[in-house]
Amino acid sequence: MKLLGAMMQIKRPRFYSDSNNSVPSEKSPPVSIPADISGEMLDLDEDDDLEVFSKGTSLTDGNSLNPSTQTSPASMINQYKFQEEEEDADAKDLFVTVDNPESHVTAIETYITYRVVTKTTRSEFDSSEFEVRRRYQDFLWLRGRLEEAHPTLIIHPLPEKFVMKGMVERFNEDFIENRRRALHRFLNRIAEHPIFSSGDDFKIFLTAAPGELISHKKQGAGFLSRMGETVRAVAASVRGVRNRPDEFTEMLEYSEAFSQKISALHKVTQRISKEQREYLEELKECGPTLALWSSCEEALAEPLRCMADSLDRCCQETEEQLKHINDELIPDLHEYVLCTDTLKAVLRRRDNIQADLEAKAEALASKKTERESIRDELEKLEDRQEWANNALRSDWTRWKKIMRTDLQSAFIDTADNNVKYYEKCLAIWESFLHSQRAEAEGNKNVDYS
Amino acid sequence: MERTMADSGSEDIAVIGNTDLTPSESQNNVRNTMFEKGTNLLKRMEISVAEAEKRTGKNAVNMQETYTVYLIETRPVDAVQEATSPVPDSLWRRYSEFELLRNYLLVTYPYVVVPPLPEKRAEFVWHKLSADNMDPDFVERRRVGLENFLLRVASHPALSNDKIFRSFLTEVEGKSLEGNRVRDRISSEGIVSSSCADSRIKALNATFRVKNPDKRFAEMKHYGDELQSVISQLLRVRARAADRLYGVYKVHGNYGRVFSEWSAIEKEMGDGLQSAGHHMDAYAASIDDILEEEEHYADQLKEYLFYADALRAVCRKHELTQYELETAAQDLCSKKQQQEELATGTVRTFSLKGMTSKLFGQETPEQREAKLKMLEAQIEEGEELVKERNVESGEFVKGAWADIERFKEQKDHDLREALINYAIMQISMCKKGIQVWNNAKECFSKM
Repeated sequence: MKLLGAMMQIKRPRFYSDSNNSVPSEKSPPVSIPADISGEMLDLDEDDDLEVFSKGTSLTDGNSLNPSTQTSPASMINQYKFQEEEEDADAKDLFVTVDNPESHVTAIETYITYRVVTKTTRSEFDSSEFEVRRRYQDFLWLRGRLEEAHPTLIIHPLPEKFVMKGMVERFNEDFIENRRRALHRFLNRIAEHPIFSSGDDFKIFLTAAPGELISHKKQGAGFLSRMGETVRAVAASVRGVRNRPDEFTEMLEYSEAFSQKISALHKVTQRISKEQREYLEELKECGPTLALWSSCEEALAEPLRCMADSLDRCCQETEEQLKHINDELIPDLHEYVLCTDTLKAVLRRRDNIQADLEAKAEALASKKTERESIRDELEKLEDRQEWANNALRSDWTRWKKIMRTDLQSAFIDTADNNVKYYEKCLAIWESFLHSQRAEAEGNKNVDYS
Repeated sequence: MERTMADSGSEDIAVIGNTDLTPSESQNNVRNTMFEKGTNLLKRMEISVAEAEKRTGKNAVNMQETYTVYLIETRPVDAVQEATSPVPDSLWRRYSEFELLRNYLLVTYPYVVVPPLPEKRAEFVWHKLSADNMDPDFVERRRVGLENFLLRVASHPALSNDKIFRSFLTEVEGKSLEGNRVRDRISSEGIVSSSCADSRIKALNATFRVKNPDKRFAEMKHYGDELQSVISQLLRVRARAADRLYGVYKVHGNYGRVFSEWSAIEKEMGDGLQSAGHHMDAYAASIDDILEEEEHYADQLKEYLFYADALRAVCRKHELTQYELETAAQDLCSKKQQQEELATGTVRTFSLKGMTSKLFGQETPEQREAKLKMLEAQIEEGEELVKERNVESGEFVKGAWADIERFKEQKDHDLREALINYAIMQISMCKKGIQVWNNAKECFSKM
């Protein structure tokens, strides 16, 4: 802990040397944490806390897994608080893109890598531009690390490892493009998150050469990551919580309900896509049939050909409209289906922390010996609980805001796309009518008597 | 766009001028335009099939059955114009009576492309439409089709003057049990003509070789085949597409439901979601009207699908008359040949006569004389027959070709209007779509 304190003192907020002079350190910590705890934790004055825990510094050492050695609740809260103000000032200083998938063939396997380009003005980066290639496993690793380091923060989901239904080949073009898009989203969400983006792991992910990354991965593997998936799952399972605060129960209920709704929306959209595809297949036959007909006719040949042409053009527009649904709306909804898993996991972990705390409190109450050490542990656990709850609370609000923006824009885009589709079809039919009118004016009036 | 279209002058253009007309209105527009220029009958009389009703009664084999009757209303045009508007003459008829009428017309006017009836059974259905003849939508569309049939017949230069047709419309001769009188007449006429038509019909169905068919009719028959094939295909494709489109729209209704449920758990997003949901419901509901309108377009195509059949029938009848002419000519030819052989005693070609005369010896001069006399009579008859058939054939060809030309113009006009109606309908559908999604977009913005 002392070492950590020393580290903290060295890293000065160089980031604030330029524009933003007003360090909001004048503000007092919003949440009342017993001062003695924070003092015990870090052996620092409060003012130092505020200055040190700025955006530029990376405090959360992903290597250490003991939450009690991590940042104090007070500082965390401060970080969050002024992060919100920072966002208003639009200080996006890290831009990351994921593109250019490439296939790699080795003796053992074939895999895809993606180009990750980073442009940043952040001072802790050695240069302002980086370009690396990363494969899906690397992304998985990054997310795993962030999860270990921040069990009760909400991390954006990664695209799934593989799709069960309807996928023949892993390296199908659409699959790769969908994955690329999702990976791009993922990295951007991480970059926008005040805590995730300031970690070492993230930085190394963005900048390290392949060899460097591999050695860093080996080095940093905490004991949790050495466990198998199943063990992790057991560890993540809920241990009975007695007195869950209402606010978290509400969050749990919301997660359940939201999960149902978003899954339903996803399914409905998939169904629409399927019906639209089948409609398109039928529509595609109309044009050729009319063209065939027009070859049998004389006076009618031209209008029939015109209509066949119009129908073909409508098919093209329908194809494009369908593409938007498949390439944008469905993946967007799917991401939020995956998000609900994260929400539930995060709430579970919070519950586990509380369960541990409650168990410890019970132990204290029942045991006669070793009360001193138990009380010490209890205090650490209470601290941990407090920190976890606050972190979750803030991140929850943050997540909800982002969810609202994301889904709102997804639906607006879809509505927009549909309007454009109908506008284009309208134009096609109006032009058909116009051509027929011009044709009719050219003909003489026909006498039917 | 609509304004400029409406400005154009001619009657034809008036139909596509107002894009706000529903297709059925436009169709009526067309019909009235066409029929105004039509025959005497329509100039004097307004005809409509106004209503449909269910009846139950005993049928021919004395069993209870339920059937639909249609009300035929007629009214003198002058009265309407003078706005005195007397009660129209009206009578009820069922579909089978219309069939009888049409069969009568087919047999009586073989050179005419007789307008078709609406389909007997619902075909080219997509899942929403019932194939049940009692279904109100089907009955309604059949009513329109029957009215269309009567108007077409009434606007035909030859058919409109037919007495039986007039009676069918108005039951002029006194009162009796509804429709029975005329039906009897048709039936009896039908029986009389069908007995000689029977053999004709049998001949029609049999394969026969015509030596010199009129090329134009052969081409027309081929065209009829193609038309039938392509319209069938189009109707099939269109029915399947309608089915799918129905699915697309209806599934959007699920959005409405889920948005509504979702809005219940959200605070800020709730209102926007809820109202967006309403628009999704409206979108889902709108397909019913859209597809109903499209049925009219399908009905217009169907009429010409059946017209193709009528066209082919005329061509086949030509082949039959031609065949009969050729047969008569051939008979005459062989009789003349026999005469010559008998007269000159030479046997030109191998014949039974020649052979028997060789085997059994020649006949007596008296026998020969008798035979020659008989042949002469037969040849005279034969020549008369050939002359008759020639005239018949010639008249048929003339009449049929004139009617075919008339039909061609009508078809080109009508189908062009059908295509235009379809476009108008699509435009209306697109406009609705734009409106709904713009509304939804606004709601999403308020999320």
